[in-house]
Amino acid sequence: MASSFAQSLRCRSHLCSKTVTFTIQYFTQFRHCTTRRGPVALNAASFINDNNTPYQPRERGKQQKCYYSTVKHVESEVKESKYSKDLSGMDFVSVKSPLSQIRDVMPVTENQISLNLDVTPELSALEEISDDEAITISVPSAIPPASTSLKEYVDQSETLSKLVQLGVNLWKLEQRPNVGSMLLRLDFETDVVPRLLFLKDIGVEDSRFGYIITHNPFILTESLENLQSRVKYLKSKKFSSETVASMVSRAPYLLNFSVKRLDNRLGFYQQELSLSVSNTRNIVARLPRLLCGSLEPVKENLKVCEIEFGLKKNEIQHIIIAVPKVLTANKKKLTQIFNFLHNTMNIPHRLIVKFPQVLNSKYLRIRERHLFLQYLGKAQYDPAQSNYISLDRLVSLPDETFCTEVALATLDDFYLFQKTL
Amino acid sequence: MAIRTFRRLEGLFCVYKPPGVHWKLVRDSVETSLLKGVNTTPSRPLPREIRFLPLQGNETGTAKEITVSAASVPVLSKHPLVTGPEFQNIKVGVGHHLDAFSSGVLVLGVGNGNKALNNLHQTRDYTLEGEFGTATDDFSHKGRVVETTTYDHITQEKLDKVLAMLQGANQKALLMYSRVDMRSQEAYEMAVQGLLGPEGKSLPILTDIRCIHFQPPSFTLEVQCLNETQKYLRKIVHEIGLELRSTAVCKGVRRTRDGCFTLQDALTRNHWTATDIMGAIQQYHATKKNKKKSSHSKNMDSRLQLEGFKITTNEENATNQGEAVHTIK
Repeated sequence: MASSFAQSLRCRSHLCSKTVTFTIQYFTQFRHCTTRRGPVALNAASFINDNNTPYQPRERGKQQKCYYSTVKHVESEVKESKYSKDLSGMDFVSVKSPLSQIRDVMPVTENQISLNLDVTPELSALEEISDDEAITISVPSAIPPASTSLKEYVDQSETLSKLVQLGVNLWKLEQRPNVGSMLLRLDFETDVVPRLLFLKDIGVEDSRFGYIITHNPFILTESLENLQSRVKYLKSKKFSSETVASMVSRAPYLLNFSVKRLDNRLGFYQQELSLSVSNTRNIVARLPRLLCGSLEPVKENLKVCEIEFGLKKNEIQHIIIAVPKVLTANKKKLTQIFNFLHNTMNIPHRLIVKFPQVLNSKYLRIRERHLFLQYLGKAQYDPAQSNYISLDRLVSLPDETFCTEVALATLDDFYLFQKTL
Repeated sequence: MAIRTFRRLEGLFCVYKPPGVHWKLVRDSVETSLLKGVNTTPSRPLPREIRFLPLQGNETGTAKEITVSAASVPVLSKHPLVTGPEFQNIKVGVGHHLDAFSSGVLVLGVGNGNKALNNLHQTRDYTLEGEFGTATDDFSHKGRVVETTTYDHITQEKLDKVLAMLQGANQKALLMYSRVDMRSQEAYEMAVQGLLGPEGKSLPILTDIRCIHFQPPSFTLEVQCLNETQKYLRKIVHEIGLELRSTAVCKGVRRTRDGCFTLQDALTRNHWTATDIMGAIQQYHATKKNKKKSSHSKNMDSRLQLEGFKITTNEENATNQGEAVHTIK
């Protein structure tokens, strides 16, 4: 018994390796058989029997099919966890472990032979079937049970194909951990559609859906009551519906934050900057991500403005109402620009406050343009004297206009000058 | 076509690195803008496949009439939103590094051009801006001041003397590192052609140094060197100050030439786009071809000249030997 058992194990492993490719097609056959012809006494016995006694030509054909499908059966049990979805409808005769199957069945071989003779013949691939039957044969698609990319599931999944059609960048999203599996598990009709309709109700345009979902896929898992309560809260703070729509379009994470947190943020901006309610509403409407990010960098930037730059409270207020981006700017870059403006270009505080967009521009740009003007002898930023050049014109004009109007030189000269720095 | 633009981007070109920027940032921004230029147009339309989509005939009635219709649907798994952009990185390599304090010509290579980056063994030209009166710990004007001195006694002649001394010392080092016996004919020929120099890595050597602007306290030097680092050049300025019994600090290091790449060919920041870079690479290939042609013809001429020269020297040697023999006798 032990030797034959060992032999059967060896055979089984040999067979298993060969049948992976045939798995899918024969799987259907097998499934088809069981559903239509009732439970078949399919045991590992029959196939072991066949292997040990290959000189039974009469039953060979039948046995071949049996063996393939049983091996499937054995394999599928081993991989049960992965193919659970497909196997759930399956009704296997013996749901024991394969080894025990082989062991039980060994002494009962003769009975099995007789049972096998009574079994109705399996479906052959060349047999003709009616059209109705042909349509009901469903081919399970070769979707891998686990994959690192969503592109293998896109064609079969309704949710994913509809998301791609909306313009969602699945490639970017699948690089974030767990987002890919989350998207796969969503159902289009019950999960995605109500939320998209909700966004449409608020006033968000259809073309923005792709952008919003790409940046914040978790909006599809947020409950509708929460989303509605947050929109209600914003409206209660006197944000108009168009403003709310534009805020949601530009800051996709906005509606994932609780009412308490939004309230906390709005309160912070109002108190710290001592702004009026309408001004707070204004800056939040223009830069909605102020409500999304952490408050620590904002507090640090405010401290830097107060202590390092020596700006007064009302000056800081003025700068932030004009350019709210200063609150979320990089501290080092901000300091570098301010340092250059104040110490190298010798611009007094009041002029910087008058043109706060200078703090929003690139350091290299300011430096090159200032040095060019200095080389030409035109670096004059004091409004009291003649030939005054305002800071906003220095910074916000494109290169060509700057050269022709402000510096009164050609663009090529400017490029040549840049190469001498 | 994206693939064709990608193929055209193979070769060397140079950019002008602004001061205060790390060379890695320059390389990264060039790579990003090249990728943007190459990924803009999808190379081919989305492939389509035939699928049988079910249509429900009548929903009432026990005998379901399941009909399927063939439809040509685009294969979404090949859509760029699912697969990502076609090109996700381009190999952009950097030639001789420039540290963050310096500015100037920086040679970059794309694709196959990266192999040529290892063979750039030519001299480089720098412009050093110096200022007398202070000495700092890292030899630049942004470092911590260590010493301040007077500089009234410095004149142009003194500076020139110091520079000549430096040049002499460097020339000696050059001859030492070229590993050729100084008394041989080979050494003379190499010196004539200007091929005398160290092979590969060695200590930095200044082949030429001169002062182009002198207005105390500031002065400007033009330097031609091999195997240098920018810190070494700042140290040279510091040492010149020490030689003149004063101190000097380096306010700027600017590379004006790297091998055959000059300031004229360098691309400024607004020209770091795929189209401009392609133009620069094509220009480089064209000049390389011209040089090959001209050097080939030059080689032919020079070889004839050398052979002629050899004959005369052999004759001279023969006569010398004859004379020597005479004298010994």
